[in-house]
Amino acid sequence: MPIQYYIYLSLVLFSIGIIGVLTRRNAIIVFMCIELMLNSVNLLLVAFSKMHLAFAMANDKLATTVGTDGQLFVFFIMVVAAAEVSVGLAIIVMLYRNTHSVDINFLNRLKN
Amino acid sequence: MNAIIVSALMGVVMMLSGILFQNKSLMKHLAAAGLILLLVANLLQSYGKYVIQVDTHNLLHFEQFGIFFNTIAIVATLIYVLLSGKDIENTGVHPAEYFALVFFVLCGVTILTSFNGLLMLFLGVEIMSIPLYILTGADKKNLKSNEASLKYLLMGSFSTGIMLMGIALIYGGSGSFGINPGTPELTVGGIPKVSYLTVSGLILLFVSMCFKVSAAPFHFWTPDVYDGAPSVFTSFMATVVKAAGFFAFMRLFESQSDLMGATWKILLSFVIIATLLIGNITAVFQQSVKRMLAYSSIAQAGFMLFALYAGNDLAKEGILLYAAAYSLATIGVFAVLIKMKDYTLDGFNGLAKTQPVLALATTICLLSLSGIPLTAGFFAKYYMLAAVVKAGGALWIVIVAVLFAAVSVYYYFRVIQAMYFKDGAAETSEITGGFKIGLLLVAGLIVLIGLLPSVLLNYFYF
Repeated sequence: MPIQYYIYLSLVLFSIGIIGVLTRRNAIIVFMCIELMLNSVNLLLVAFSKMHLAFAMANDKLATTVGTDGQLFVFFIMVVAAAEVSVGLAIIVMLYRNTHSVDINFLNRLKN
Repeated sequence: MNAIIVSALMGVVMMLSGILFQNKSLMKHLAAAGLILLLVANLLQSYGKYVIQVDTHNLLHFEQFGIFFNTIAIVATLIYVLLSGKDIENTGVHPAEYFALVFFVLCGVTILTSFNGLLMLFLGVEIMSIPLYILTGADKKNLKSNEASLKYLLMGSFSTGIMLMGIALIYGGSGSFGINPGTPELTVGGIPKVSYLTVSGLILLFVSMCFKVSAAPFHFWTPDVYDGAPSVFTSFMATVVKAAGFFAFMRLFESQSDLMGATWKILLSFVIIATLLIGNITAVFQQSVKRMLAYSSIAQAGFMLFALYAGNDLAKEGILLYAAAYSLATIGVFAVLIKMKDYTLDGFNGLAKTQPVLALATTICLLSLSGIPLTAGFFAKYYMLAAVVKAGGALWIVIVAVLFAAVSVYYYFRVIQAMYFKDGAAETSEITGGFKIGLLLVAGLIVLIGLLPSVLLNYFYF
């Protein structure tokens, strides 16, 4: 498949994530939308990694390691996303214990 | 490398000592000892001595500039722990963990001063931010703290998503995660030829870094988060972390700015003017000193952005000086603010009569923040603006900056006026003699750097 398809797909996913963050009011769903943004980036990185590999292989049959850094990056993103989720869910639980709600509209107490 | 390893290890040590030792007041001494160890390790590195020799495969690049910034960040944290250690303990029931998180933040800071590629930039930013989300929500029963923490988390991970998209697009365009893409080919008319993927990636990266350092128009989370977080941690967030963010920002775009040509300066000057305008004008109308300091930190961010605008050697000296001056002064002001019973401007009325030493130190810190001569803040601002003049052109932006610095004098002096010229009985919690001495030392350091900025900068060259 041409690389454009992957770029469009991940941009669409990324935009869905952004729209979700901006419009949804449930903290957990906002958080899921952020995860969607991160995962669309993962998809794009893998696609680019394969693209660079294909380009390099066309010129030099032995260049089999080109593009591995892109796939390595994906693992780092997964690890960081997991860390972020664990902290984020802990914060949401803490908020829920105090207010019995996970609604973001609640977050306007500081604007005075 | 030393600083990265030692700070991460110290974080683990602090966490375990929370289980091993029941004595809570021990923790701040342990943290101070750890910071001194970290300082020594970092200084050893500047003389080329390593704790462990690690091949970083060109992911990290250590140079004097970054190591010296580490020193400033560690010293600022040490002063912060010595002044406000007691208040960190009183935030919650697990003091050891707060210190552990502070060490993990420092680990992120030291990565950000030495990254040599977008992968380490991303990891550094995240290692720095994730502990901060927890510290912001440290006051678990307080709804404002909860709210600030969730807001910071959502905004922070949102900007991380944007940063990652930028990195992915740059990777697609250039095929590597390096930050030195080399000189691009010039087409007719001297316009560099770069892929549209790279350019859109750079713009997304720029936006996300603006988020992280709270430059306008991406600053909206800052006042709420700084206001809601426990004051001790606001002090840390607004100083060491913010300065490190700027350092990374500057390192990242040092070599990239050629790629974007003239558009880069236009984009940046828009952001600088907006940051100065919003920060300064909004700070004027604040009644709470804590919220005023949050807006003033946005305004100071505008000044630090000048280092990016100029991008020459003088700007490098400037950002070091600015980081030192701004961190010292803000830590000093916050240390006093934490002791106050009432955070509003009226709460400071008559502080000079009840606590003359505190009022004097606060005054010196505020003078430094507003950039009055004979304090460190003056030279910090001077170096920044001189760097822009040296870089050529754009004199108008310097004039605008000086005008906004004059506006900032107004709101800083309102606090001084409240302390000295208004009647009232400012209530403070118990002040120890050691705290007063520490505060006077900070004020002394500010004046010393203000008289002889070369004292600080000479270390940079030796």
